[in-house]
Amino acid sequence: MKGIKFAAAAAVILASPSLAFAEPQAEVLHWWTSGGEAKSVAVLQKEFTDNGGTWTDMPVAGGGGDAAMTALRARVLSGNAPTAVQLKGPAIQEWYEEGALADISAVAEAEGWADVLPASIAEHMQCEDSWCAAPVNVHRVDWIWANADVLKAHDISMPSTWQEFNAAAEKLQAAGIVPLAHGGQAWQDATVFEAVALGILGADGFRKAFVELDEDTLTSDAMVAVFDQMRTLRGYVDRNFSGRDWNLATAMVMNGEAAFQVMGDWAKGEFLAAGKTPGVDFLCASTPGDGFLYNVDSFAMFDVDGEDRQAGQALLARLIVGKNFQKVFNLNKGSIPARTDVSLDEFDSCAHLSADDMATSSQNGSLLPSYAHGMALRGAQAGAITDVVTAHFNSDMSSADAVEMLATAVANSL
Amino acid sequence: MADWLERNVPRILLAPSFLIVLIFVYGFIAWTAWVSMTRSRLLPKYEIEGFIQYERLFAAPRWDTAMNNLFIFGALFIVVSMMLGLLLAILLDQKIRIEGALRTIYLYPMALSMIVTGTAWQWVMNPGLGIEAVVRGWGFENFAFDWVIDPDMAIFAIVIAAVWQASGFVMALFLAGLRSVDDEIIKAAKVDGIPTWRIYSAIVIPSMAPVFLSAFIVLAHLAIKSFDLVIALTGGGPGYATDLPATYMYAMAFSRGDIGQAASSAMVMMAVVFAIVVPYLYSELRVKRG
Amino acid sequence: MAESTSLPFVPSRGGAVALRWLLFAVLALFALFYLMPLFVMITTSLKSLDEIRTGSLVALPESVTFEAWTTAWSSACSGIQCEGLRPYFWNSVALTVPAVALSTLLGAVNGYIIAQWRFRGANLIFSLMLFGCFIPFQVVLLPMARTLGFIGVAGTIPGLILVHVIYGIGFTTLFFRNYYVTIPVELVKAAKVDGAGFFRIFWSIFMPLSLPILMVTVIWQFTQIWNDFLFGVSFSQAGTQPVTVALNNIVNSTTGVKEYNVNMAAAIIAAFPTLFVYAVAGKYFIRGLTAGSVKG
Repeated sequence: MKGIKFAAAAAVILASPSLAFAEPQAEVLHWWTSGGEAKSVAVLQKEFTDNGGTWTDMPVAGGGGDAAMTALRARVLSGNAPTAVQLKGPAIQEWYEEGALADISAVAEAEGWADVLPASIAEHMQCEDSWCAAPVNVHRVDWIWANADVLKAHDISMPSTWQEFNAAAEKLQAAGIVPLAHGGQAWQDATVFEAVALGILGADGFRKAFVELDEDTLTSDAMVAVFDQMRTLRGYVDRNFSGRDWNLATAMVMNGEAAFQVMGDWAKGEFLAAGKTPGVDFLCASTPGDGFLYNVDSFAMFDVDGEDRQAGQALLARLIVGKNFQKVFNLNKGSIPARTDVSLDEFDSCAHLSADDMATSSQNGSLLPSYAHGMALRGAQAGAITDVVTAHFNSDMSSADAVEMLATAVANSL
Repeated sequence: MADWLERNVPRILLAPSFLIVLIFVYGFIAWTAWVSMTRSRLLPKYEIEGFIQYERLFAAPRWDTAMNNLFIFGALFIVVSMMLGLLLAILLDQKIRIEGALRTIYLYPMALSMIVTGTAWQWVMNPGLGIEAVVRGWGFENFAFDWVIDPDMAIFAIVIAAVWQASGFVMALFLAGLRSVDDEIIKAAKVDGIPTWRIYSAIVIPSMAPVFLSAFIVLAHLAIKSFDLVIALTGGGPGYATDLPATYMYAMAFSRGDIGQAASSAMVMMAVVFAIVVPYLYSELRVKRG
Repeated sequence: MAESTSLPFVPSRGGAVALRWLLFAVLALFALFYLMPLFVMITTSLKSLDEIRTGSLVALPESVTFEAWTTAWSSACSGIQCEGLRPYFWNSVALTVPAVALSTLLGAVNGYIIAQWRFRGANLIFSLMLFGCFIPFQVVLLPMARTLGFIGVAGTIPGLILVHVIYGIGFTTLFFRNYYVTIPVELVKAAKVDGAGFFRIFWSIFMPLSLPILMVTVIWQFTQIWNDFLFGVSFSQAGTQPVTVALNNIVNSTTGVKEYNVNMAAAIIAAFPTLFVYAVAGKYFIRGLTAGSVKG
């Protein structure tokens, strides 16, 4: 038995250099470990194996990828980088600058990625002149979710300005309903903050503040107004919001304890898992104001040796952006495909709204990267902003002080 | 030759451990010191840039909070755990029939990973779900236990969970210590009619000095490294009210790609540890030598 | 059990009974405090997800189901493999057992040397080792990664064992040194006069006395290494991930649905080996101490 195995292995080793195609191999580091997410990755794995590849799974969950990034650093430093890594936003370019990424331009050009991806999203996948990452999906961050029955009972329609939202909230509060379901974790505070900022600053103002870190915008009166609205919202959350998981906040909307939640479209998965129907049991709309904040998940290929692993990277990149995977994955995940030529027939009404808005905002220049989800800024800068946002929201700091702190923190993070 | 070997066996056997500590503790501290002087971001770089990272560190309000929390948390955690551990050990030492079961109950929290007990504690301490809700349900409408959501009190909620986790182990240390105290002395003291509390305070406890050293080191080390606990219980919140240096450093190094900043915070942490532990060690070891 | 060493407070007959009850009351109260989170975990693990979603989180389950337990053990998804905690258990065992054994042995020898074979500088070495206990592990991750890559054990179980032994030595040495230092030096002197050497004294005099401290050390090391997440997640790769990493993968999902019942069951399962060690080792604490002439 042993002898046969060894002979077979030896035959493979001897034969492989002469083979035209090495068998694709991929060790994939990602943080999609549970339920729907894991099922979504399994789709990719299946396609990969069907195409003759061998997939080694390296899941590391926690903190929105923090633990995975810790593992990644250790792996790269020990000269043992994974083949493909879930990576997003400016972090892709940062890793490229460290010289750790592989070039997948060949696949991208053969597949015509430039033609099927929205320009601003394609930009995230490019490092200087080459392609270095493959996009999986587009999550919209600036969503507001609502309990349909609660709104109907109190004769409230989905708000289109923050003033309207405040008026609705006062009404709900008087009726003993929590207006805004929220979990007091830094990233959730930041999620609400950027939705408010988009509504008040507008698309250009948002870009100046959170992409270009323009000091004038960061210290403008409009920014003070953003913090004022955050303070107002603080009055609309219940007493026990601190530290609550986002999905528990979603549950509050589901069972009518609360009316609204501001959260990315992964919240939809929670509604659907509980057997709720969009448009009937719960409503989705973009948060007040124009624009579209995207959070795009993607995979970057790391510089590795071995023909088999490089073949694995090429195959993986091709499959990730392939139409079939983009459809099946996003149906599972609640997001929409990154490529714009995928049929959305099987998607729900919220996804359609998201896709339409993405197309519109892509044309009028209001398709913007989410700062709260690491798409707009380097980690240190985004983190510095979040520190101020969460400190303000969880204390009685004045808006003027917050704006001043924001400018200092951003300057200190550069 | 054989004679030389015989005489030097202790030194030779200690050498590998010593070498390991030298490289993997002090070598790495030196490495960190170096990196703290650089502009390292995603990965370490080695061009010295001066004290810029320390300037940034001391300008960050979040670091201030983290350091304050470390002192409050560390002091309370160590003192309360020691007192509780000693108390439980003395109580358990009174010929309790179900000692085995009780000891296991007090000890088990150490066995559980905070990744999940944190969630349980979150629920227990959450005013809407846990103790407060239950007690109010009994009819005490004014009862309040909302530390975990109060930015000024949340650090004390962390202390409770930390004491819960570690005090059992301290109890075990003290229990082992209590039972290794020489019986003859105690018997003699009893014969002399010395009251029990005096026997404890004047004979038993002083003779356990090495145990106190162990307990102190164990607890201080847990306090400095408290990380999982904060992440699981409050995630550093409300806001960053319960941030500790260890969570600050981790956030900088791994979620924010600011390794230089993380290294500088680590150096300040090491300095604090040095300032507290070294005098303590010095006095402890001096007594021993005499 | 341990009668000779106990120190009961016995003022008078009637008072004794009252005191005894007070003692039990206090101990029971503390037991409740320690058991509270476990109670929440166990009840949650026995509920269905619907009941958790709708009901009170800290109430007793309306209908008990063990589904979450079987899911956690054998079918919970940790990434695309839905095999529960089972496959990761072995990795943890394979790294914890040797790491605990090695670090404990080294600690015993070190402690013995430092406490009983005092040579010049021994106390300094001890202090250096102790101070080493305080180095935050986050600091050593990156240089350690380099080192492991350099030695060629990155991502392997031996690599993880090495790391745990290195950072365990400080504590194991501390425990043994503090225990051995209470044993009179005259014992060693007498043995030397009788012609016993370094190893012989260690083996036939010190080892038999060491059961209680051995248990403390093993408990400590086992807990630290079994529950370690940071080293486990950083220095493993697919196939060598320990159980804490799998637990974290099951429990911590950012944008997925949280199955609290499975999470709680998984946590308790992952803690079984440590709980077992505590229950067993706790017994040996006492047995070791009552075995006789412990106190030299």
